[in-house]
Amino acid sequence: MGDLTRLSAAALAERLAAGDVSSVEVTRAHLDRIAAVDPAVHAFLHVDAEGALATAADVDARRAAGEDLHPLAGVPIAIKDVVVTRGMPTTAGSRILEGWVPPYDATLVERIRAARLPILGKTNMDEFAMGSSTEHSAFGDTHNPWDLDRIPGGSGGGSAAAVAAYEAPLAIGTDTGGSIRQPAAVTGTVGVKPTYGGVSRYGLIAMASSLDQAGPVSRTVLDAALLHALVGGHDPRDSTSLPDPLPDVVGAARRGATGDLTGVRLGVVRELGGEGYQQGVRRRFEESLEVLQAAGAEVVEVSCPHFEYALAAYYLIMPSEASSNLARFDGMRYGLRVEPADGPVTAERVMAATRGAGFGDEVKRRVILGTYALSAGYYDAYYGSAQKVRTLVQRDFAAAFEQADVLVSPTAPTTAFRLGEKLDDPMAMYLNDVATIPANLAGVPGISVPNGLDEGLPVGFQVLAPAKADDRLYRVAAALEARLEERWGGPLLAQAPELEVTR
Amino acid sequence: MSTISREEVARLAGLARIDLTESELTRLAGELDVIVEAVATVSRVATDDVPATSHPLPLHNVFRPDVVTATLPVEEALAAAPAAEDGRFAVPQILEED
Repeated sequence: MGDLTRLSAAALAERLAAGDVSSVEVTRAHLDRIAAVDPAVHAFLHVDAEGALATAADVDARRAAGEDLHPLAGVPIAIKDVVVTRGMPTTAGSRILEGWVPPYDATLVERIRAARLPILGKTNMDEFAMGSSTEHSAFGDTHNPWDLDRIPGGSGGGSAAAVAAYEAPLAIGTDTGGSIRQPAAVTGTVGVKPTYGGVSRYGLIAMASSLDQAGPVSRTVLDAALLHALVGGHDPRDSTSLPDPLPDVVGAARRGATGDLTGVRLGVVRELGGEGYQQGVRRRFEESLEVLQAAGAEVVEVSCPHFEYALAAYYLIMPSEASSNLARFDGMRYGLRVEPADGPVTAERVMAATRGAGFGDEVKRRVILGTYALSAGYYDAYYGSAQKVRTLVQRDFAAAFEQADVLVSPTAPTTAFRLGEKLDDPMAMYLNDVATIPANLAGVPGISVPNGLDEGLPVGFQVLAPAKADDRLYRVAAALEARLEERWGGPLLAQAPELEVTR
Repeated sequence: MSTISREEVARLAGLARIDLTESELTRLAGELDVIVEAVATVSRVATDDVPATSHPLPLHNVFRPDVVTATLPVEEALAAAPAAEDGRFAVPQILEED
């Protein structure tokens, strides 16, 4: 039967349906893998072996009884710790929520439970999803399975590392400025940020409400589509949830896997490449374009002149929204409460002491930056201007999508850097998201798919589509994946060094 | 030119209700200065004729029927509270004077 942890979710689903393997076996294999490699990778903040095995046993019993089950029933999954899970600790990577056990499930978790996917545990992340390396987690770094001395990307480094290290076939991430796509790029995995409103935000611990979006993390494009179809779609509990039906993402992934892109127009975004992008990243990108052209796609160059200002606008809008969203962490109703060392114990002073002790450096930096951008006298110059740039970025996208069906670029300007390398330079850290941020500002969907190595480290290829046309991402990414894997003789991850196993 | 002084960071931290140490104040002032200078470029293209966008997609306000639905039981809502009493959150004194 081979190692069950190496199989894709789609392959596992087939074997489970055929009765070749039980969900308990599959789940146990992943729990064993977590026990073996997570001491080194540290993708998980919490592992729920008992709960996962109970769900698995239940699925097996139902299958044996002939019950009609969801295609992914019994396939294990990991969930980013920014998503609330009833009865399972949820910290968002922050001391201020250490030990908090939510009394409810996020909508996407409800859907995962209803489809009976065993939940393996919660994955590590930058505190409140603020970061590009997972180094801002209050609970220690996650290590890139390709090179344990390097970052797994962020903020969803835990979810990406978990699937890259075969600790889970599927994971949930969230993407406010690139937190699903950039970790996918640097770990050689697949990550999708759906159209804004495509997956419910109910039960996500909010960073920037107008930018946050949950989505799938996996090793294959088809697996991402299967998970997207499961968690996506309208939710009346999220007032920004799209009422439209989800496009046929699974069908698009299957169609793309045939490797034919005849008639598809790819727009290369002039501003998302060139200077500032590592040479090997640029080379892999050029090669992928040739592969896609050989698949029948037409390549055109498009210009999005205001993308140059997207990073600046993002670092005003996101901290502004975050400073407001994080006001809920006041030490009154849940989480940490710290009393001031001296002086009167008033609510206001308790709040300040709690937040001073409970928030990490990056969170403090962003909340104070947001407070500044929103404060009297600065609001128009900063927040107001940033909102105008948002309009300009959206207009750029609209014009570009007149000329092309999808836009393409490298996902991240560099491959995985060393842990600690950019920790003391916030601006250098922020630049990791330069190619992913425009999509969040405009609400359009994006995918990152592995497209090769540079000096032994994975590189990602990004595809962006118009809002509500998420299916296009899957078709183009699946075609690239199929053609590249044919060339490589297997998935890119097969080239990753084997992790040392702890027994 | 420095736009965010140490004093300004202290004032903002007060507004944001975050206690900062002396060394945090100094470090943040330097870092925020660099960041603010970088993000200020937005004003270059944000001219008067450009409308502001607050949301990625055009949305209409959403209402639900005004009927009572299930809520969390009191004990679950209070289960994670740092302090609770008589079915309520127990909080520190709100006003400074006694």
